[in-house]
Amino acid sequence: MAQTAATKSNLPARAAPKQRSEAASGLLMVSPTAIYALLLLAAPLITIFTYSFLTDGYLTVELTPTIGSYVEAWTNEVYRVVMLRSLGVAMAVTLVTVVLAFPIAYYVSFYVEPSRKSLWLFLITIPFWTSYLIRVFLWKVILGFNGVVNSGLLGLGIIDEPLTFILYNTNAIVITLAHAYAPFAILPIFVALEKIDRSFLEAGRDLGESSFVTFFRVTLPLAMPGVISAVMIVFIPTIGDYVTPHLVGGPEGKMVANLVQVLYLKLDNYPLGSALAVSSMLLVGLVLVMATMQLAIFGYVFKRIAGQTQLILAIFTALAAAQALLAVVIALWLVTGNAPLTVVLGTAVHVVALLALRRKRSAL
Amino acid sequence: MSSEKPVMIEFKDVHKYYGDYHALRGINATIRAGEFFSLLGPSGCGKTTLLRTIAGFEGISSGAVMIGGEDMADVPANQRPTNMVFQSYAIFPHLTVEENVGFGLRKDPRSKAEKAKAVEDALGMVGLKGFGARAAHALSGGQRQRVALARALILKPKVLLLDEPLSALDKKMREQMQVELIKLQRQVGITFILVTHDQEEALVMSDRIAVMFEGQIAQLADPETLYRRPASRKVADFIGTMNFLPAKILNEAGSKVEVDAQGFGKITLDGAQVMSAEGSEGGATVGFRPETLTILFDGQTGSDFESEAVVEEVVYYGDMTYYDIKIKGCDTAVRLSMRNVFGRPVLDIGTKTRVAWSAGALVLFR
Amino acid sequence: MNGGWFRIYAYGFLLFLYAPILLLPIFAFNDGAIVAFPLAGFTTKWFDQLWVEPALHQALKNSLIIAVSASILSTCLGIFAARASTRYNFPFKGGIIGMIMLPLVLPEIILAIALLVVLLGVGIPLSIYTVILGHVLVCTPFSIAVLTAAFQSLDKSLEEAAYDLGETPASTFRLIILPLVTPGIISSLLMTFTISLDEFLMAFFLAGTESTLPVYIFSQFRFPKSVPVVLALGTVLVVASIILLTIAEYFRRRGIAKTGGKDTGGFL
Repeated sequence: MAQTAATKSNLPARAAPKQRSEAASGLLMVSPTAIYALLLLAAPLITIFTYSFLTDGYLTVELTPTIGSYVEAWTNEVYRVVMLRSLGVAMAVTLVTVVLAFPIAYYVSFYVEPSRKSLWLFLITIPFWTSYLIRVFLWKVILGFNGVVNSGLLGLGIIDEPLTFILYNTNAIVITLAHAYAPFAILPIFVALEKIDRSFLEAGRDLGESSFVTFFRVTLPLAMPGVISAVMIVFIPTIGDYVTPHLVGGPEGKMVANLVQVLYLKLDNYPLGSALAVSSMLLVGLVLVMATMQLAIFGYVFKRIAGQTQLILAIFTALAAAQALLAVVIALWLVTGNAPLTVVLGTAVHVVALLALRRKRSAL
Repeated sequence: MSSEKPVMIEFKDVHKYYGDYHALRGINATIRAGEFFSLLGPSGCGKTTLLRTIAGFEGISSGAVMIGGEDMADVPANQRPTNMVFQSYAIFPHLTVEENVGFGLRKDPRSKAEKAKAVEDALGMVGLKGFGARAAHALSGGQRQRVALARALILKPKVLLLDEPLSALDKKMREQMQVELIKLQRQVGITFILVTHDQEEALVMSDRIAVMFEGQIAQLADPETLYRRPASRKVADFIGTMNFLPAKILNEAGSKVEVDAQGFGKITLDGAQVMSAEGSEGGATVGFRPETLTILFDGQTGSDFESEAVVEEVVYYGDMTYYDIKIKGCDTAVRLSMRNVFGRPVLDIGTKTRVAWSAGALVLFR
Repeated sequence: MNGGWFRIYAYGFLLFLYAPILLLPIFAFNDGAIVAFPLAGFTTKWFDQLWVEPALHQALKNSLIIAVSASILSTCLGIFAARASTRYNFPFKGGIIGMIMLPLVLPEIILAIALLVVLLGVGIPLSIYTVILGHVLVCTPFSIAVLTAAFQSLDKSLEEAAYDLGETPASTFRLIILPLVTPGIISSLLMTFTISLDEFLMAFFLAGTESTLPVYIFSQFRFPKSVPVVLALGTVLVVASIILLTIAEYFRRRGIAKTGGKDTGGFL
């Protein structure tokens, strides 16, 4: 009777295996996966990062450090245009996807019965899991010269000749990617909305706020973490999408990934390909940092943080100043090509935010 | 009552750190065989941590935990003569009631039939005869609790550890389970150690109670001592309701202390009535429980002392009435409770009356 | 308020989401070599052609080998990581898990070329095995997402209870944890299988001269006359994916129900 009290207590006071600390157990447990990621993810990423600072030789890479590839990537018209286009497409896709996704997430979270929510989420995710290539290809069919949209509109007599601005250009890329990434945007927003305590909203209305005001003062700020993850999870991968520009972008719709592929596989220019890849990620990072700061400023203005006002104000002013600098730097680069409205708008918004801060400060 | 029984558990200067956080700060205590022992304290006081050091789920930073005279330092949880009833009950959701209760018998060399009998007996003991084939997830809260009890008791541990087992139940169910647990403990005769933050629950169920604050035992005593002679203001505040009035110490002769308590006048207290003032802000105070103050209705006379008072607030509870009264010469009102007796009126706010008390019911905190 | 406008919008959005999938069978059964309206009549000949394409069969065989291997490997790695992240606190936890989850957000092109460069640099010849390596990288984060949910709904006191009742950590894992997370594991296997089967870019870069189904499909897009056959193939794949995912969803929900957790929905 191994388990009865008598035997249990009569066990010799044997030296039990020294209990491993929680940290050690955790590290041991995660190590197979971590080592795999280290070898096949971190190491390769570091390698291409290193390559981007090396010199391209004929069919080889020379170990002479240089920033030549970056200079080339950021000054050559061809690369700059493609990077700018990729950034623009990724921003547009992110904007469209998140704006389209929010009402869906809101509907499923607030209006669908709890027992049916899983079904809705399942329905939303299913298209994401079905052959990406074929889905992209079918957008070609939908948007094409004899496609669904054109034959439909022609049939209805709304247009006289097929629309051509919807295929083989960036519009087609935006539509296709917005479709592909919709579930990625809906789910994080849904999760954030689900976490909102419904009594907050009732409290808001109870205190005499209209549902419109409640939405902007309670729901939207609380859903912000979900919106932020949606933005990240859409924005970062779309800038590097390969298949969609290849299939529906046409000759004027090439994006960074297509150039990287050509540089690597056709031209064998590893350093330039790497520099381009790293640059695009850098660009994504910068835009995200800017957006985050913008949000932080808004957060401050909306939440009206009390106490420690001087310190917080100082921090936010510093952040805002840093961001202004960043925006100017990026804008300068972009202006030589084509100044996108986004940056201008971003700077304007942030000036407004600063002014609001100033007013806040004088009010305090 | 349990002082003659052998020592079952002994804590020797037990310290526990979580990083920089000092969770247990020198615990010294003994728990005797067959005792119903409670660890009582507010959340975060270390009571659950202490319980888990007995079970072996938490190591200790220094000191020793002894069970049955053996140091448990090198004995892992699965070899200790203790079993636990978890706060969440931890009923295995993929097993039936029977499989849950018989879980610990897996390595038991007895025959299948004998084990089935043991399971049946254990289920009978907790009042769940015939529930064996049910799926665990189909049980109510009270039934889960019983399954958890049966699952732990079937192994005949020397010590049963109960981690806030009643906190998830509603009030009626909780009171019913309190009585059942006491009966069960008497029936099986093993040591029960209960962790609770509910002082009433601890008073009702325990032979002895250790009141813990901030990783230390503030007082270890039987329920009556704890209630009547709390070792400090802090303990007094935590357990039940106690009134405090400022007092001046006039004279100390041997163990006797003469004080002048506001509203009560000069009273001589015994040494056993003098406690620590830890947890109070100002100077010395005298404390007394609401039920030790009595309203003198017409024709009654007081015992030791009496004074005039005015009723300021009345709260009627059915069997009891609570009065907030201001005794003549006091700055603040004190609470008083009277059992309602047929024919005796409930006083109105503003009624002038007389109250009486006895010196033995007072405690001095200094 | 019953969400009137939102409801209309939601159904409209579902239509947008499903538009390509709904069109797929229409053209797969369309008796015309050009994929455009108007339709030319019903036929199953495109499906019949699937049987007589040796290149397709080889690609399918490769894809199945890759998908089975990648799903098993990534689910194993997922179990370790999900268990570690839900049960233990350890130094650099956020960083380590973040690194493992990185493929979820990083553009695949970057993962693919990075891996390609290193494999070529180390001198490993490209084959379906290198595709497996890449797919494990891509699939593991999804596996972790599914399994984390499964492990999270496990009450820690269940393990302690088993341990308290005399079991060792190993037998506790076998008797308590494994049965409770099995639905999650099955769900992870099916999902990672589906992802691997559908993954194009890694395979395109890492397969060398070999082919997988998506690589085959991609190559056929260049020849307009093969497109209807590809759409027939796509129809079959979509139906297979939906079936697999429905089963995966069933197991995921069952797993959550089993451990008494609350369904928060969704794969991600």
